[in-house]
Amino acid sequence: MKHLFTKKNLMWLLFGALICIAMYFVFGVVTQKWQKTLITAAYYIIGALGLNLIIGVSGQFSLGHAGFIAIGAYSVGVVFQGDATLANFALGIAIGVVITCAVALIIAVPTFRLRGDYLAIATLGFSEIIRIAIQNMKITGGASGLSYLSFENINDHGMFLMMLITIVLSILLIVNFVKSSHGRATISVREDEIASEAMGVNTTKYKTIAFLIGASLAAIAGAYVGPMNFFIKPGDFGFQKSIDVLVIVVLGGMGSLSGTVIAGIFIAVINTLLQNYSDIRMILYAIILVTTMIFRPKGLFGNKEITDIFSKKRKEAE
Amino acid sequence: MSQFIQQLINGLSIGSVFALIALGYTMVYGIIKLINFAHGDIYMVGAFVGYFCITRLASGFFGLILALVIAMAACAILGVIIEKVAYKPLRNASRITALITAMGVSYFLQYTMVYFVGPSKRVMPAPFENTVFKIGGITFNLSTVIIIAVTIFLMLLLQYVVKRTKMGKAMRAVSADPDAARLMGINVNQTISFTFAIGSALAGAAGVLIGIHYNSIEPLMGTIPGLKAFIAAVFGGIGIIPGAMFGGISIGVIQTFAAGYISSLWQDAVVYALLIFILVVKPSGLLGKNVKEKV
Amino acid sequence: MAILSVKSLTKNFGGLCANSNINMEIEKDELIGLIGPNGAGKTTLFNMLTGVYEPSEGQIVINFDGKEKDIAGKKPYVITKMGIARTFQNIRLFKDLTVLDNVKIAMHKDVQYNLLQAIFRTPKFFKEEERMEKEANELLKILKLDTKIGELASNLPYGEQRRLEIARALATNPKLLFLDEPAAGMNPQETAELTELIRFIKEKFEISVVLIEHDMSLVMNLCERIYVLDYGKLIASGNPEEIAQNPRVIEAYLGEEI
Repeated sequence: MKHLFTKKNLMWLLFGALICIAMYFVFGVVTQKWQKTLITAAYYIIGALGLNLIIGVSGQFSLGHAGFIAIGAYSVGVVFQGDATLANFALGIAIGVVITCAVALIIAVPTFRLRGDYLAIATLGFSEIIRIAIQNMKITGGASGLSYLSFENINDHGMFLMMLITIVLSILLIVNFVKSSHGRATISVREDEIASEAMGVNTTKYKTIAFLIGASLAAIAGAYVGPMNFFIKPGDFGFQKSIDVLVIVVLGGMGSLSGTVIAGIFIAVINTLLQNYSDIRMILYAIILVTTMIFRPKGLFGNKEITDIFSKKRKEAE
Repeated sequence: MSQFIQQLINGLSIGSVFALIALGYTMVYGIIKLINFAHGDIYMVGAFVGYFCITRLASGFFGLILALVIAMAACAILGVIIEKVAYKPLRNASRITALITAMGVSYFLQYTMVYFVGPSKRVMPAPFENTVFKIGGITFNLSTVIIIAVTIFLMLLLQYVVKRTKMGKAMRAVSADPDAARLMGINVNQTISFTFAIGSALAGAAGVLIGIHYNSIEPLMGTIPGLKAFIAAVFGGIGIIPGAMFGGISIGVIQTFAAGYISSLWQDAVVYALLIFILVVKPSGLLGKNVKEKV
Repeated sequence: MAILSVKSLTKNFGGLCANSNINMEIEKDELIGLIGPNGAGKTTLFNMLTGVYEPSEGQIVINFDGKEKDIAGKKPYVITKMGIARTFQNIRLFKDLTVLDNVKIAMHKDVQYNLLQAIFRTPKFFKEEERMEKEANELLKILKLDTKIGELASNLPYGEQRRLEIARALATNPKLLFLDEPAAGMNPQETAELTELIRFIKEKFEISVVLIEHDMSLVMNLCERIYVLDYGKLIASGNPEEIAQNPRVIEAYLGEEI
C-alpha cells in the first residue's frame, strides 16, 4: 500500500481535485446560465475522456461515440419512467454500461480488423444503426423520445458534484490503466501494430479493452443527458454528437487527459459566450475550430499532460 | 414486377445524385487522403445557387442548363477557395486533424447559409412542367429522366477528363504518389486545386438536380446525402472513380428497395448494415484492391 | 534434436510463388545465416516463421521443451509467446515511447497482474512493476543502452535504434531469435561491433539465432551454417566454406563477391 500514492499519482489527484474544487466553487457563485455551461462541460468531458482512451491511447479512430452515449441516456431514461431516484440512476447506469459493453463487443469483433478511416466509417454506421433502432422501439418512446427525466430530490448543485466525482474517477481509471503494463501494450498498438504483435501483444484484445472502457464512459456521460435536459430524443444522438466529442479530444490533444478536460471547458464556455450572437454563433464556432486546427494541428496540449509541465519544471530546478 | 421496376427507377435517380456527390469525395480522398466532410455542404450551396438562377435569371430548359452551369462554376470556385484556405495548411498534419477541419468548414458553410437565407425549407420552383410518363404500370417524371441523363453525361465527361487530358493524367499521378509526381515536374498544388474544382462542380450539379427532383431545399440538406455519398464511395472502393459511380447507384437502389420492401423507418439502418458487411468482407470496397502493409 | 524444423513450406501471392518447398532445420544454440539476392524471398520466409504471413503449404514445427508443436499459420503474438522473437528490416520501434517503455512492452507477455489489479493498484502490481523495471534496466545495460533509458526511441542514433530492436526482441525472453538485416546501413566499425554483440547475446542468453544479411563478411565470419535462397527456392546449405565454393551460389550471386 505504501506505493498507492506515488508522486505521479499524487500529482494527478492534486490536479483533478484542484480543478474540481475550482469548478465546484465557481458553480456556486455563477448565474444559472453559467451553471448550465459547467454541467454541459462536465458531460462532454466524461464522454471525451472515454473517446480519448480509444483514439489517443489505443489509436483506433472511432466515430461511433454518439451511439454509446445514446444507450446510456436511454437506459437511465427508461428506468426513470419509474422513479427518478439516485438508486434508479445507478441502476440505469449499470444497465447502460452492460448493454454498451455487449454492443461494443459486437462492433469490435468484426471491425477491429479494419484500419484507420475504414474503422471510423464502420463505427459511424453502427452508431447510426443504434440510433435508428432506438427510434423504432416502443420502450424508448420512438422518434418523440422520453421526457420528465429530472432528479426527484437532487438539485443542479448535487448533480454537478456527481459529475465531478465521475470525472475524477474516470481520470483515475484511465491513468491507472495507461500507466500499467496493459496500458503500455495498448499504446504499443497505436505506435506500430505489427511490431506490437511481434512483441507478444494480443493487439485485438487490447484494442477491444480500450474500446469497451471508452464506450462505457460514453454511456456514463449519456446517463446525465436526461437529467440535464429533462428529455431525450433520438435526434440528439446523430453522428454530429460523435463529432462534437471528437472535437474536444482533438482540440485538447490526442492522448492528453488534462487537454481533454480543458478543451471540454473551453468549448462549453465558447458556446455560451457565443449565445449572445445567436445568429452567427455557429459560424464563429466553425472559424474557431478551423483556425485552432491550422495553428495547433496537434491540439492545445499535443500528447503532453499538465503534470508533465510541472515535473519538467521541477527537473530543471534540480 | 412493375413495383420492382418502379423502385428500381426511383433508386437509380436518387442513386445518380449520390454517385455525383460520391465522385467528389472519392477524388479528393484519392489525391490527399482527406475525408472532406464539407463536401455535402458544397452540394447544398449548389442547390441554392441553382435556386437563385431559376427564380431570378431564367426558367425552362434553358434556365435549367444555365442553373447547372452557374452552380457548377460557383461550387468549383468555392471548392478551390476552401482547399486553399482550410486544407492546404494542413497537408502534413494528421488525418484526424484534417477531418476536424473539414467538419469546421462544413459547419461554416451550413450556418453562413442559414445566416443569409434563414433555416427554413424553401420551395424550388420547377423550371419546366414536370410531365409524368406512364409505361405499363410504371410512372416516372421528366425530372427523373433529366437527372439520369445529366448524370450519365457528367460521368462520361469526367471519364474523358481523367483518362484523356493532361490534367487528368496529372491527377492520377499525384494520387498514386505525390512525391514522385512532383519530381516528374507536375504542379501538385495546382492538380489538387483542380481535383477540388471538379469534385465540387459535380456536387453543385447534384444539388441543382435534387432541387428540381424534390422541389425543396434547405441549408442543412447536405449532411445526410453527404454521409450517404461518402458511404457510397467507401462501398465502391474509395479513391476509385468507377467505384464511386457504382457505389452511389447501388446505395440509392438498396435504400429505395429497403424502404419499399422492408420499412422506410429502417431504410438507413439497412444501408449502414450493408456498408459494415462490405467493409468486413472486403475492406477496400467492392471494386478496390486489397493492399497489405509491407513488413 | 532440432528446435525448429521447416517442412516443405510454400507461400504464393496470387500467381507469384515467393517461397516454394523450403526445408530447413535449426539446432539448439546454432547461429544460422540466411542469404540470397534481393527478392529471393528471405523476408517472406521470416514473415511466415513469425506468423505475419500464413503459409500456403507446409509445416513449421518447434520443439523447445521436448514437445513438438506446429506453429504454421498461428498469430504472431502466439508465436512470440512460444519463444520466437524477431527484429525488422525497416526498424519498427515504438518511436514516441522511451527506450525503457519499448523494452517493457516486450516484457508484457509475462506480466503477472491482471487488468483489475492494475486499475486498483494492488501490491502485486507494484511488485511486478519493480521486477520489470529491474529486468529491463539489466537488459539495457547488457546492450549498452543504459545511458539512454529515458530517451524517445526516435531520438536515438541509427546504430542504437538497431541495438534497441535487438534488446526489445530479447525482452520477450526468446529461445530462437530472428534478425532481419541487422547490419543494414551500418558502417564497417558498427558492423564489427554488431558481430561481437550477436555472438555475445547468443552465448549469454543461450539462444539460437537466425539472421538475414547482405553483408557477406558478417555472415561468413559469424554464422556456423548458411542457407541460400534464390527465386524462392533453397539452393544450398552448409558451412561458410562450402557455401563460398558452391557453384550454384556463385551463379546466383554472379558479379557479387563472396
